[in-house]
Amino acid sequence: MAKVSITINDKPIEVEEGTYVLQAAEELGISIPTLCFYAHITPYAACRICSVEARDAKGWNKIVTACNYPVWPGLQIYTNTPRVINARRVNLELLISRCAPLPVLQRLAEEVGLLEPRWGYGTDTCIKCGLCVRICDEVVGAHALAFSDRGINRVISTPFHDKSEDCILCGACARYCPTGHIKMTDIEGRILHSELILGPNAAISLPFRQAIPNAPRIHPEYCIHMKTSGCMICSKVCPKDCIDYEDKDENEEIEASAIIVATGFKDFDPTPMKQYGYGKYANILSAVEFEQMNNAASPTGGQIVMENGQEPRSVAILHCIGSRDDNHHKYCSRVCCMYALKFAHLVKEKTKAEVYQLYIDMRAFGKGYEEFYHRLLDEGVNVIRGKGAEIIPAPPNQAGEGNLLVHCEDTLIGKFREIPVDMVVLCTALEANDDAVDLARKLNISTGADGWFIEAHPKLAPVSTTTDGVYLAGVCQGPKDIPDSVAQGAAAAAQVIKILNQGELYLDAAYAVIREEYCSGCKMCNGLCPYTAITFDEEKKISVVNSALCKACGTCAAACPSGAIVARHFTDEQIYAQIEGMLA
Amino acid sequence: MSYEPKILGLLCNWCSYTGADLAGTARMKYPPNMMSVRVMCSGRVDPGFILDAFSAGADGVLVCGCHPGDCHYVEGNYKCMRRIPLTRILLKELGIDQNRLRLEWVSASEGARFKDIVEEFTEQIRALGPLKLKDWSFDPSLLSQDSEEEAEVSSAAS
Repeated sequence: MAKVSITINDKPIEVEEGTYVLQAAEELGISIPTLCFYAHITPYAACRICSVEARDAKGWNKIVTACNYPVWPGLQIYTNTPRVINARRVNLELLISRCAPLPVLQRLAEEVGLLEPRWGYGTDTCIKCGLCVRICDEVVGAHALAFSDRGINRVISTPFHDKSEDCILCGACARYCPTGHIKMTDIEGRILHSELILGPNAAISLPFRQAIPNAPRIHPEYCIHMKTSGCMICSKVCPKDCIDYEDKDENEEIEASAIIVATGFKDFDPTPMKQYGYGKYANILSAVEFEQMNNAASPTGGQIVMENGQEPRSVAILHCIGSRDDNHHKYCSRVCCMYALKFAHLVKEKTKAEVYQLYIDMRAFGKGYEEFYHRLLDEGVNVIRGKGAEIIPAPPNQAGEGNLLVHCEDTLIGKFREIPVDMVVLCTALEANDDAVDLARKLNISTGADGWFIEAHPKLAPVSTTTDGVYLAGVCQGPKDIPDSVAQGAAAAAQVIKILNQGELYLDAAYAVIREEYCSGCKMCNGLCPYTAITFDEEKKISVVNSALCKACGTCAAACPSGAIVARHFTDEQIYAQIEGMLA
Repeated sequence: MSYEPKILGLLCNWCSYTGADLAGTARMKYPPNMMSVRVMCSGRVDPGFILDAFSAGADGVLVCGCHPGDCHYVEGNYKCMRRIPLTRILLKELGIDQNRLRLEWVSASEGARFKDIVEEFTEQIRALGPLKLKDWSFDPSLLSQDSEEEAEVSSAAS
């Protein structure tokens, strides 16, 4: 494409033909204020804040809008002349005369020196820039929004001001609205810690910041392109053309000699425990959320701050949320006491806040753990023996000390206490994954009542399962901390290496044998065997057991009408002898 | 002396026997009336075992296996599930109360449930009273003799 030479503020630049002045200025690093411009849609020149002065060599000059004024050879642009500033000021003044004092307009007004608008302020929060309409049409492709009515009555609306069937709830209009006129309302009304973005916050995102591989992925349920085949902004901005919309999840079949199950756990959701107000009041965090905030790569940069960005004056850490609780999980989640102490240490280290630990029993069970607990006592952490009972917003007369009020019974002094705090961390239980039972069925292993996988023997075979070649590692077998998980993982790996190095498989001596002389060849057992270990020998007219396939369940022995099948180690004679011996 | 029922338990190795073991390691108490015989799978339970138990003096027989769908051997417990009702019909023919035979599913984690079942079944059998088999005795050696004779007959026929 042909190149065009222009100057902006006397700086020369060569840009492609058809480029708009605003984009050319951006390339030079000259910023031009605008409210209604977005690079990936047709410019509209609605706000007219981007006004600049265009001149040519012969002395022609004119005020034009930079966002939709294409360049031509010899064009001279000035973005900061008194005439430009004046034009911007008047345009802004007119805009302000019908709009509420919106922060974005106030900022611009300061820039152009508009101190007292001659015609005052209006009430509208919409500046009729049409960004939302153009984005919905051109990017999203949903066509759910449009201008309706005309003149001073002009508004942005869905057809007939009604709930739109075309809207796909993508939120693009609200995201790009420069004034916040369009808002997304969460119907469930859950409070989100605005500083903490924990889940996928865009349709294309990294699973988490330190993910390996560190590649973003598209979430089809949120991606606009997947819904309307529009948008594709990510592929437009990606400099390396990495975006592949056709890519799909694939199932791969892998042949393996052994399986190590290390599926981990799920975090207990404290929302159903209404007394703790999680998701209802601000600054009540689950342990994972607090941990995320402390990460140096978190949106807060590792700082412990409240929703309003301020440092908390006091933090309460509540133990046993969902664990050691008859209504939820009876077991102890084992890791919480120690990470709660770590949290207390982090709060002490990073802030000046008071820390309250509300515990049932302090279980500092490991090497160096008790010593850490005592170190924290020396650091001045307040430990209260008593489970947190309830969290409510502090009444105004107590709000000076903290915005939340934690109720608890201090069982060491035998008193009921109300502790005002700014932030609460809930140490939530470790829970078995929802699909643990399905997985157990697939692998032919078992789960306990709590959903954790059961080992073959609690002492003698702690990483094996009842199925040969399937081993357990980590929390999927039961709550445990990192050192224990690592130890169990290493043990499971050692078990697997044992199998792989053997080269040949050793089987139990227990398997079924068919006594040729008694077998009548009725084939009844052939269909019964779940492992198809029994086949029919057409020459001898009898059934034969393949001892390598047989797992010794004995179903065939129980069914054989002629008693020809001997289930070794559990023969009829042995069992009859046991029965009679027992009942004699 | 008060009457103490004798109950035979036929427990599958992977779920029920482990469940019973768990009841033990968890220090739960259940009546000593039940004596257990371990089989690899509830599918191994030959109706002959049950009949033998009654003839040898059992007042009740409890068969336990993995929950349907959880069998270590894929489907052995389904076979047991089909055999027990047939055995019940056999018991009826022999004049034995069908309630003296019970089939239950106990998983490896259900120690407490196992204890409850044994307690309940023991009370049930206690209420039924001792099993009196009159003028009839079952000799398992007869069975094997029969089968030997049959084998001879069949080999002679072929």
